[in-house]
Parts: sequence; C-alpha cells; structure tokens
Amino acid sequence: MIKEELKIKLTELFPSATIEDGEWLNMNLAVGDFLSAMEVLRNKPELNFDYLFCETCVDWKTHLTMVYHMDSTQYRHQLVVKVKLDRVKPEIETVSHIWRTAEFHEREVYELFGVNFLNHPDLRLLILPDGWEGKNPLRKDFEDPVNMIKL
Amino acid sequence: MAIKKYMSDKFQSESPLAFPGEVHPSPTGGVLVTRIDDVINWARSNSLWPLVFGTSCCAIEMMSAASAKYDWSRFGFEVARATPRQADVIIIAGTIVNKMAPVLRRLYDQMADPKYVIAMGACATSGGPFFYNTYSVIKGADHVIPVDVYVAGCPPRPEALIHALMTLQQKIKKGLTREQIREEGKQDYQKVV
Amino acid sequence: MYRETEILKEVNAGQPDVFGDLVINVGPQHPATHGVLHLVITLNGETIKKVEPHLGYIHRSIEKMDESLSYRQFIYTTSRMDYLSSHINNHGCAMCVEKGLQIEVPPRAQVIRVLMDELTRIASHVLWWGAMAMDVGALTPFFLAFREREMINDIMEESCGARLTMNYMVPGGVMYDIHPNFQRKVKEFVDHFKKKIDEYDELVTNNVIFQNRTKGVGYISKEDAISYGMTGPAARGSGVQCDIRKLFPYEVYNKVQFNEILDNGCDSFARYVVRLKELRESLSIIEQLIDNIPEGDFQAKTKAVLKLPKGEFYTRIETARGEFGVYIVSEGGTTPYRIKFRSPGFSNLSALDHMARGSKIGDMVAMMGTLDLVIPDIDR
Repeated sequence: MIKEELKIKLTELFPSATIEDGEWLNMNLAVGDFLSAMEVLRNKPELNFDYLFCETCVDWKTHLTMVYHMDSTQYRHQLVVKVKLDRVKPEIETVSHIWRTAEFHEREVYELFGVNFLNHPDLRLLILPDGWEGKNPLRKDFEDPVNMIKL
Repeated sequence: MAIKKYMSDKFQSESPLAFPGEVHPSPTGGVLVTRIDDVINWARSNSLWPLVFGTSCCAIEMMSAASAKYDWSRFGFEVARATPRQADVIIIAGTIVNKMAPVLRRLYDQMADPKYVIAMGACATSGGPFFYNTYSVIKGADHVIPVDVYVAGCPPRPEALIHALMTLQQKIKKGLTREQIREEGKQDYQKVV
Repeated sequence: MYRETEILKEVNAGQPDVFGDLVINVGPQHPATHGVLHLVITLNGETIKKVEPHLGYIHRSIEKMDESLSYRQFIYTTSRMDYLSSHINNHGCAMCVEKGLQIEVPPRAQVIRVLMDELTRIASHVLWWGAMAMDVGALTPFFLAFREREMINDIMEESCGARLTMNYMVPGGVMYDIHPNFQRKVKEFVDHFKKKIDEYDELVTNNVIFQNRTKGVGYISKEDAISYGMTGPAARGSGVQCDIRKLFPYEVYNKVQFNEILDNGCDSFARYVVRLKELRESLSIIEQLIDNIPEGDFQAKTKAVLKLPKGEFYTRIETARGEFGVYIVSEGGTTPYRIKFRSPGFSNLSALDHMARGSKIGDMVAMMGTLDLVIPDIDR
C-alpha cells in the first residue's frame, strides 16, 4: 500500500494515535493501548507487518522513547512506531510472542537503558558482564570518571 | 642480578638460524664449543608453537600470515594448537574487554613454562581506536598478562607479524624475554640464600 | 561468571531427577574462525536440548563512543565491526549522512562504490567458504580461499591504501580516485576467478561427505525465518525475498542486471548453495560495470565540518551477511545524539536455538558455519 492509503487506514484503526510524515510514517502510541495495536498491525490481512527489523530506545533527557521499525514482506510498506516512557520507572509490554526477534533486542535494551519488559520469557543481561545490572550505560547520565571524558 | 645490555648492532649482524658456538679446527675435523643454555635457547626459539587466540580483525591478518602467501611455518611455527596446554607463544590478536580479561588470564596460566606473549595490533598494545570514551575496553593487554613483543598497526600487515615473531626468536636467543630474566633472577636469589 | 547451575535447575524443573543432562561450554576461545562466542549447550547423551549463546566478550561500546565523534569520524568505527565486509559498512554510514545533508553523489563515485562493494562481497564469501570447509574437516580449501583473497587485497591496497580496514568512503563520494591499474587488475581477477568457482564446486559441493553432513541439518521454515528477523543468504536459503539491492535499490543497482538467488531447501546445504551462486552474480555485476566507469568527480563538495539537521535517519544496505541498518538521531550538533547499528548477525544468531534443538552435537558446527556469524558484528 502506498503511504497515503496506509495513513488513512491507520487513522481509522487507531484513533488515539498521532501520525507524522517523514521518509516513513511515524506513529506515536501511548503505553496503555500499545500491545493491542501491535497485535492488530501483525494480524490484520491488509497490513501484515510480519518483519520487525529494528527495536531500540532513545534517551531524551526528560523521558525515554522506544522505537520499532517494521516492514511487510507481502506489501513492502514500512512503519515506525514510537512509544514514550517515563524516565524513573520505564515499563512496557513485550512483543516477543508476536515477533521472535524481539527476544534478543529487548534483552539488549533492558541492559543498556533499564527498561523493564513485562512478560518477557527470559530477561537478563546479554552483552554486559555480570554485576552491571542497574548501571545502564547508554543513558545520558551514566557517570564513569575513569573512562568517560565530559566534553 | 646481572642485567644484560641490549646492543642493537650485535643483534642485527648475526644470522638468525646460526647454531651458537665456536668451532675449533683440529687435524681430524673440529671441536664445537658452546654453552648448554645457548643450545637450549636456539632449539626453543626455532620451534615455537602459537596458540590460536584471535578475538577480532587482527585474527584475519594472523590467518593470512599462516596461509600460503606469507607462510610462517618456514620459521618453525608450523603447528598452531587450539589448546593452551600444548602451546608456547600466545599471540593476542584483537581487543581485550572487561568480560574477556579473566578468560585471557586463565589461558595464560594454563600454558606450561617457558611461555612468551606477543601483543598484535593497536588494540592489544594500548586500547587502539577504542581508547577514549569506552566503558568496557581494557587499554592494553599488558594490564592482564606480561608482554614480550608489541606490534603496531591496525591491523598490522602479515609481514609485520612475521617480523615480530623473528624479533621474539632473537630475544629468546639473547636471553632477554621476561621469562628468562625471571628465571635468572630466581637462580641468583637461590645462590644468595 | 558461568550460569550452568541455574540452567540445570531450570532444565530439570518439573521432571524427575534423571541423571542424564550434561552442560558443556563451547568456550570463548575457538580456533579463530568465528571470533569469541560462548555457547552453553545442554545435552542429553549426544542430542542437544538447549543452546544458549553468551555474548559480550568483544563488546567495545561503539554506540556510546560514537556519540562523541564527529560525523566524518564515526564511519570508520564500523569497519571494525563486521571486518569482512568493511567497505559495505562504511558505505551504509556514508549513505545515511548523505541522506541527512541531502548531498548528491556524482556518478563516478557511485560506480566506484558499487565495484568496491562487490569485490568485498566476493572476498567475504570466499573466506566463509574456506572457514566452513575447515570447520567441517577439510583443510585444503582454507589455503585455496586465501589465495583468491590475496588477489583482492592487492587490488584494494593499490587504490585504498589498506588490506582489511580500508577507510575509503566519505560522505559525498570516495576519498581518492582509483589507481590507473585498477581496471586491468580487476579484469584479470575476473577471468582467473571464473574457473576457480568451478574448482570449488568440484572440490566441496559435489563431495559425498560434505553433502551428508549438511543436507537435512539445521532446518528452519520460511515463517520462522521471517519471525526471527533473519536476513541475507541465511534467510534466502529458506525462500525469503530480502535482498535490499533488489527491493530498495541504491546507487547504480537499478541499472545493472542480476538475479536474486533463492532456494527452498531450508537447510544448511541450501544456504551453502545460495552463497556460491551469489559469487557468480557478483562477478557478473563487476563485468557489467568495469568498462563503463563514467568520468567526473570522485567526491561531491561538502563543508569541512558536517552538521546534520534535527531529525532521524535510517538507511538499509546489503552486506555479505544480510541487512545492515544505520539509525542516526540528530539534534543539530556536530556529533550524533544517538546511533544504533542493526547488525545482521544479531538476528541470525537468535535463530540458532530453534534450529539446533533435537540434532546432534556434531551438526552444530555445520549449522554455525552456514549462518556465517562474525561476532564483533553482534556485540558491537
């Protein structure tokens, strides 16, 4: 589906989401209706977003944002979904039962940013050594006087 | 403890494969006079078996040095063992990070004496391109194990690695590696005690 | 440091305490083909029950480090990530910066970039072939593979200055013009290499022992491959159409004729055959382009200090292992605010557990060989 048709379809399916234009369509969702929206995006036959190719997190200094890039192998349309999270206690539902690739991506976001994924099958450290729980290195307020030079 | 001076011209002029010792001619042939230490050092330096330990990009240049164009088995490093129990020299090819440092220390401890270490590439020498602003890289492998020869480059050419191996051979023949200085120190200490 | 006791408790929970489960480490120190990968395998006799990869032994925190480097400097940290397709990684980063600044790359630079990409793809697949044959047990292909790779390294060294981590791509084009000998040497290489692929087929592909070791091993269906996010030749062996050069063409790929290789076998032998056929396709792309390099500039004019406008930019490019993604979030300064590299090996590795359950430990090596993992790419 081309971008304009996709935009119309998404606005009628998710009335509470805001959609921005760019190279790809960006859809901002709230944490509450996140999981149901993802299931609709995957299972509805006209949309069929079955290929999640990037899942990451960005630390804006007042809040965190989860970013999901997805693609459809059948229709070749892309979508970017963004969810705003609270900085002090970030929690969001997992999507690893919808796309199996999210298991590893979410473990990585958990250890680098500290986001807690509810109902994840196996949430523990993937890349950092033991003992680094809680020290989320990719946050902007990560202090390491030995190694990091403040510019 | 005796400290040997490192004289560079003496180092360059000897041929690396020469058997140590002097031949005194006599009517029925010759008599070879040498020291047992020199013969043992000569034998050890010409059959060093490297341990296969490549973590990142320098491992590809190490594999190139082992294959047919820049062959290193002409110098005696024919058999590259995968287990540290049977290896003599460990070539650290790649970056060492916080999680890998205990593994490297364990491998070094499992090797049998006498053992030598070559730090290959900029990452193993001093942290390399990952020196500033990384929270997980160890800035130089010599914070973990004692190193004999450093090779510069990112990655060093295979010829540079072979030159480093030949330098290590020369060092062994002169008795200047950390291993040998430590052994000498022990013997002097035992004499004193 | 090793979590074997926790894994044993988890695996045996709910079952009667049967003495039969063995947990082994395929440790961080391998014969240096794949890098430092630590697999904790739970076995029952010789049958695998669970495979768990432990990563992080080469985690060099490149994403955090790049937040303090300028837009011209961070490109070269990616050549150390997937060092076998270093040109292609640099190309992807340069394309992302160009997308942000909206720079037009001159046609000569585009053709040179595509030629370097395809030569790198051949070098990477040839090394994969040698390493895979060595894992399965044949030692001769390893030396044959390095013979061809040395020819490509010589070509690269004349034009780019280095053999393995060639810092050649800049935002706007390429750093220097190609050497005058480039065309002649590439044509000699193409003529020499065509006969060699037939030799490789005769030596390994048609070998009965090799076929018995890889047919039927490591089965993953098409839907599972898409769900696990697999890309590259590993996914094309299961019939997934995912070649970025065909789906979202960039540079001059929409002007050359080549086929996307798909195979429906879904096992290790299919992935092997896909990569060998891709070698022939890359040769044909090089043949079409080598005589038609247009004249002109090799680099577009850019300012000395680059500043991307505020926004987010994502580029997808096809490396030898699959789809590589560069995601830059910029706040308008001279250094990026957040960079994320989506590496192909990360998703391919997560499918290893699914593929390996129920097979024997001896088949693990054949499976990992056809997935073609480069561990610094996964750990970043």
